[in-house]
Amino acid sequence: MWKWLHPYAKPEVTYHFTGKILSWFAYLTTIFLSIGIVWALIFAPADYQQGESFRIFYLHVPAASLSMGIYVGMAIAALCSLVWQLRLADASAAAMAPVGAVFTAIALITGAAWGKPMWGTWWIWDARLTSELLLLFLYLGVMALHNAFEDKTLAGKAAAILTLVGVINIPIIKYSVEWWNTLHQGATVSKLGKPSMTMDMFWPFVFCFLGFALLVATIICIRFRTEILARNSMRPWVQDLVKRVEG
Amino acid sequence: MQFDSINAFLNMGGYAFYVWLSYGVSAFFLIALLLSSKANNQKTIKKIAQRQKRDLKLRQAAKLQNEQTTTVSPEEES
Repeated sequence: MWKWLHPYAKPEVTYHFTGKILSWFAYLTTIFLSIGIVWALIFAPADYQQGESFRIFYLHVPAASLSMGIYVGMAIAALCSLVWQLRLADASAAAMAPVGAVFTAIALITGAAWGKPMWGTWWIWDARLTSELLLLFLYLGVMALHNAFEDKTLAGKAAAILTLVGVINIPIIKYSVEWWNTLHQGATVSKLGKPSMTMDMFWPFVFCFLGFALLVATIICIRFRTEILARNSMRPWVQDLVKRVEG
Repeated sequence: MQFDSINAFLNMGGYAFYVWLSYGVSAFFLIALLLSSKANNQKTIKKIAQRQKRDLKLRQAAKLQNEQTTTVSPEEES
């Protein structure tokens, strides 16, 4: 039943497949993100308590949930690489780490810029903020390990172990607002079936979220393809491809 | 449309600094990440191409040397 997946373990097949879906991701990113950002900045209503500062929400929440989502993706890739020794899983984990780090940084910075006018402080060492900062350090550690060894298989293994140990941080981030007293507010949109916001705030959020998710997919595709080329540089198909591109 | 004028839009109800800081930093980070990912891709292809050319040269040089020694050595022996 799942045999159709087998050819994709071959770097060449995956390289060409990701090349095809990459352009689709790029088109859709442009569409969704431009609609989402314009809607969020100009047409969405201001919050009755937070005023216009609420517009930071449309960056902060997608960035924060994607920072966790990318980590889960990276952890699944790490598990596949450790258990089945799929080289491509290593390559994809290496491609995801920097993207996740950037989204974590964006979540932290937009959170600080939102916290200053609303809470009166840029930063507070509470559970949500501290665990998200830890996520940034985990990403940086994984990136450092991927680059620390000349032997990419060894590097992948070390990075995969750190990634899997760090998974414990994900539920801590997610439930920190319920487990501990914190300044950070609880979930707004991820209440299943019943987001606690009006629809004219919810729809621009959906567009922003999908736009950022597609942007993540686009950038990960680009980085993944680079990793595939670098790790298979001596294979005949890469040699042919490079000859064709560089003339 | 939630704003009456461009100025009202830029002012963001008094939260201009925080809102534009967030949007500015996010745009900067994401564009930088996208461009560096693309540049990295091109750099990797260039690097492989360079190595390809170097290997080709080395192989040609080795072949040439091989031919010379094989053509020279029998004469020396005789």
